[in-house]
Amino acid sequence: MKLTEFIAASPEACHRPGPGDRIVMSSRVRLARNLTGSPFPTWAKKKERVKALETIRPAVESLDALKDSFSANLDDLSSLDKQLLVERHLISREHAAKSAGSGVVFNREESVCFMINEEDHLRMQVLLPGLQVEEAWKQVDKLDTALEKKLDYAFSDEFGYLTACPTNLGTAIRVSAMLHLPGLVLSEQINKIVNSVNKLGLAVRGLYGEGTEALGNVFQVSNQMTLGESETDIVARLGKVLGQIIEHEENARLTLLEGKANTVYNHIGRAYGILTNAHIIASKEAMNLLSLLRLGVDFQMFSSLDRAVIDELFLFTQPAHLQTQHEGKLGAEERDVLRATMLRDRLKSVKRPHLPKLG
Amino acid sequence: MKCNVCNENEATVHLTQIVGEKMQKVDLCESCSKEKGVGDPTGFSLADMLLGLGASSELEEAGDGDAKCSACGYTHADFKKAGRFGCPECYQTFSDGLEQLLKPMHKGLRHVGKAPRGRKKFRGIEQKIKTLEKKLAKAVSNENYEQAAEFRDEIKGLREQLESTSRET
Repeated sequence: MKLTEFIAASPEACHRPGPGDRIVMSSRVRLARNLTGSPFPTWAKKKERVKALETIRPAVESLDALKDSFSANLDDLSSLDKQLLVERHLISREHAAKSAGSGVVFNREESVCFMINEEDHLRMQVLLPGLQVEEAWKQVDKLDTALEKKLDYAFSDEFGYLTACPTNLGTAIRVSAMLHLPGLVLSEQINKIVNSVNKLGLAVRGLYGEGTEALGNVFQVSNQMTLGESETDIVARLGKVLGQIIEHEENARLTLLEGKANTVYNHIGRAYGILTNAHIIASKEAMNLLSLLRLGVDFQMFSSLDRAVIDELFLFTQPAHLQTQHEGKLGAEERDVLRATMLRDRLKSVKRPHLPKLG
Repeated sequence: MKCNVCNENEATVHLTQIVGEKMQKVDLCESCSKEKGVGDPTGFSLADMLLGLGASSELEEAGDGDAKCSACGYTHADFKKAGRFGCPECYQTFSDGLEQLLKPMHKGLRHVGKAPRGRKKFRGIEQKIKTLEKKLAKAVSNENYEQAAEFRDEIKGLREQLESTSRET
């Protein structure tokens, strides 16, 4: 089956509700695993990579959780396909650059995804809506336990799961959450928060992971250390910090409404004005304005707009997603026109914002 | 795009290093690129940049600089360039200096948490013996015979343990 056919049926991925999804857009837990006696993918020769892929892919496909799934070798996917997967947070930008000898398998709900031969032989993730880091860990733990019966993992008693990069050694776990933090950005407290989170040994990154910008006021918080602390402790520690960030964001929003209400309404009103009237709009501007609209929804300023619609637009205004809705290759300028048209159309029934209901 | 080193400023210097068939990319801001001497490609290594300054030399100084992984052919020089290991066995090959490398990155130096359940028990012991044998050889060459005797006894104990475990299975 073609990738675009498989995922076309599931824009519901952005409509799945989750606990606390006003602020936490999604939670993710990723584990890295390698096969014993086989060189890591970036050092391996093509023949060795292909061999590892041929061992891992069938094992992954045979899992119960992946009965209804999409599975492919990366050399069978177009660069547009790979970009679509990046925009959906199913594969990393690094993985999208891979070709023969690498693969991807994910389920219909897009909650479970395996990258084969990225930096490690196997990277598996569970991605859930809202604040569900513990649940995501439970699910990925189960998948891993089922797989360890089929694959011979490289493991040492001293260093745990052996990974290509020593920064992932041990549990090889990466726990992260995607947070929408417009309150902290508008009240200019975000740098302070980022710094204190960094001091706790956690990383704060942009929307698409390592080295990306925080577009649309979306930030990804994740653990850095993987050796010397158990998975459950790492999950619990991150959960605690997330709770504190959420509290700061809620407070920042309340303070803004109390002290700088006009500035906030001005931002949201202008965002509505531009999104519903623009004829040319770049991806970056669209995301930043959609973020403000999302804040407006949280403030109950829009009676006929659902948060899920904004989350869907967040995704469908991305370059590769726009391209799939259009025959023939789009240039950047044509994309900006198409993006504006789609936004006007999708938001045309949304009435202009009214003043928020406090409390 | 943010600078990979300071994670604060906008990256304006985009560096690609190709060694053999491997490609590594780093994005840096103006000031970090100057600090790292990126203008002079012989003066820095990607491993240092990615893992923290001095990371790669920890391994080199602590161990035998010419060590080569018998399983995959990886060398110190390769690690210095890529900041990553070649295969799982490399953690044995380059075990000297590994602690200094890992210390600033992690909370502890020993794995705590999940382990594969179906794993054969004696593989862990085999790994331990290998490490001890290396330590023993080093102690002997340093003429530290007291320590060497301790390692020898420990290895002997583990060998016996290994024999009894493999008889059971």
